[in-house]
Amino acid sequence: MFLQQLVNGITVGAIYAMVALGYTMVYGVLQIVNWAHADVLMFGTFIGLLLTNVFHMPLFAMAVLAAAFTAALGMSVEIVAYRPIKSGNRRMAVLVSALGMSTFLQNLAQLVFGSSSQPFPTIEKVTYTIGKVTFTNIQLIILGITAIMLFILYMIVYKSKIGIAMRACSVSIPNAKLMGINTNFIISLTFGIGAFMAGIAGICIATYYNAVYPTMGYLLGMKAFAAAILGGIGSIPGSVLGGFVIGIFESLGAGYLSSGYRDAYAFIVMILVLAIRPSGFMGAKHIDKV
Amino acid sequence: MEHILNVKNLHVSYGVVPALRNISFHVDEGEIVALIGPNGAGKTTALHTISGLLKPKEGFILYEGRDISGIEAHKLVKESISQVPEGRGIFPILTVAENINLGAYLRKDKDGIRRDKEWVYNIFPRLKERMNQVGGTLSGGEQQMLAIARALMARPRLLLLDEPSMGLAPVIVEDIFKIIKKINKENGTTILLVEQNAQMALTASHRAYVIEVGEIVNEGCSKELKKDDRIQKAYLGI
Ligand SMILES: Nc1ncnc2c1ncn2[C@@H]1O[C@H](COP(=O)(O)OP(=O)(O)OP(=O)(O)O)[C@@H](O)[C@H]1O
Ligand SMILES: [Mg+2]
Repeated sequence: MFLQQLVNGITVGAIYAMVALGYTMVYGVLQIVNWAHADVLMFGTFIGLLLTNVFHMPLFAMAVLAAAFTAALGMSVEIVAYRPIKSGNRRMAVLVSALGMSTFLQNLAQLVFGSSSQPFPTIEKVTYTIGKVTFTNIQLIILGITAIMLFILYMIVYKSKIGIAMRACSVSIPNAKLMGINTNFIISLTFGIGAFMAGIAGICIATYYNAVYPTMGYLLGMKAFAAAILGGIGSIPGSVLGGFVIGIFESLGAGYLSSGYRDAYAFIVMILVLAIRPSGFMGAKHIDKV
Repeated sequence: MEHILNVKNLHVSYGVVPALRNISFHVDEGEIVALIGPNGAGKTTALHTISGLLKPKEGFILYEGRDISGIEAHKLVKESISQVPEGRGIFPILTVAENINLGAYLRKDKDGIRRDKEWVYNIFPRLKERMNQVGGTLSGGEQQMLAIARALMARPRLLLLDEPSMGLAPVIVEDIFKIIKKINKENGTTILLVEQNAQMALTASHRAYVIEVGEIVNEGCSKELKKDDRIQKAYLGI
């Protein structure tokens, strides 16, 4: 039972981690919460459905193309909803703009794709059993894809010139500009990378639960956001860890305590951890020297 | 001869609050020019407007004869204007080597970059020893050295320095100023230096401007200014 719940928890945790990264990276460079992130994910997942149903694309090609669309949508959200806000009470204006964008995307999805839940294309399920633990090929694929995405992200953020520029922007946009960095381009790219991973995560979860619907982003987004907060928002390794911790606790909670509260465990874990470590697992430690 | 930098009738404000009112000054090729003045005089505002972080409300900034006012900061780096920001502005989460690399962000000449790295590590050997350490763990003086080294990696023709002496012990300030003069002498790099430490600034520079509440109130050859009564009283504590 324990190992079984652990396996299930790691699977959903991987998805939470991929979504959490989008919140954390945007927060890292702009110190804003992109509340439209999960709706961008939902929209991208519907595009995946469209690609399959209308264009009969194979699953993997569809996933990459849908994620690319999600990335483009995420970048557009930044240009339309956040970039124009430069002065005044910026945080409040950004919050309102983000919530507006989120509502807009949900309504647009209902209008275009309908409001009911639709079955999502999946692959033939193969089940493996080792001892008392059962897992499926879909779970293995989700974990494999997550590992690949995390590796690529690691190479971009920590090993490439663009990644150094991103981290410089997260410290100070004006000082990054003084290095010759086109900060608007880096911000765009950050939204794009975050949304691409969310697109992949959306396809994964829709395949896993075999469903896509206009409000699918809501709980997923809240849990992923909790994961980002738990890990210390702005910290990339923190968000990954936060995603897995939330996935695992949710699964164990549903298995051992009560599955009726499945959706509450993420937030319970977050509150407990923040009570002990207010900055999360890996929250920003400020090193200031004058 | 044409000035490398010619600032004419510059007005800059934050919202409706004016910070610079009609200031004009120039810098010639190969010079060190100091801009001295008390807290809040508008020195940083002037540098930010030249480097493109702020847009002027009125006036011109002619750089090598071309008006650059309003051009975005990241594009001016390509034009070989490099700014060392107030409070150093290094990236504390990046290593010393990564900070240095960022200075050459727009450059493509690999050999040139390698040579320049050797050159700056030669000027600041302490940075070489700390190459793989993150910037935030350096001492204040080392951070200032890193900020200067990083700016040099862009091969500036015009180097803007914002209070390099800020918060540093007098011996370190001496060191930093020696290096500033050396860079100017050996490379011919033109330097516009902003300082509250008038003593150091007037000693290191060829010419200087005194700025108070957004206006230039005095200017001249640094040697002469050092002997000026009012400056001695107000800035040199004599
Ligand atoms: N971001 C800002 N928003 C509003 N006002 C500002 C801003 N930055 C500076 N000011 C104001 O503009 C004026 C000039 O400031 P500036 O930073 O240029 O002075 P400074 O000469 O560099 O001072 P210091 O020696 O203390 O660095 C000051 O009155 C300051 O309060
Ligand atoms: Mg200043």
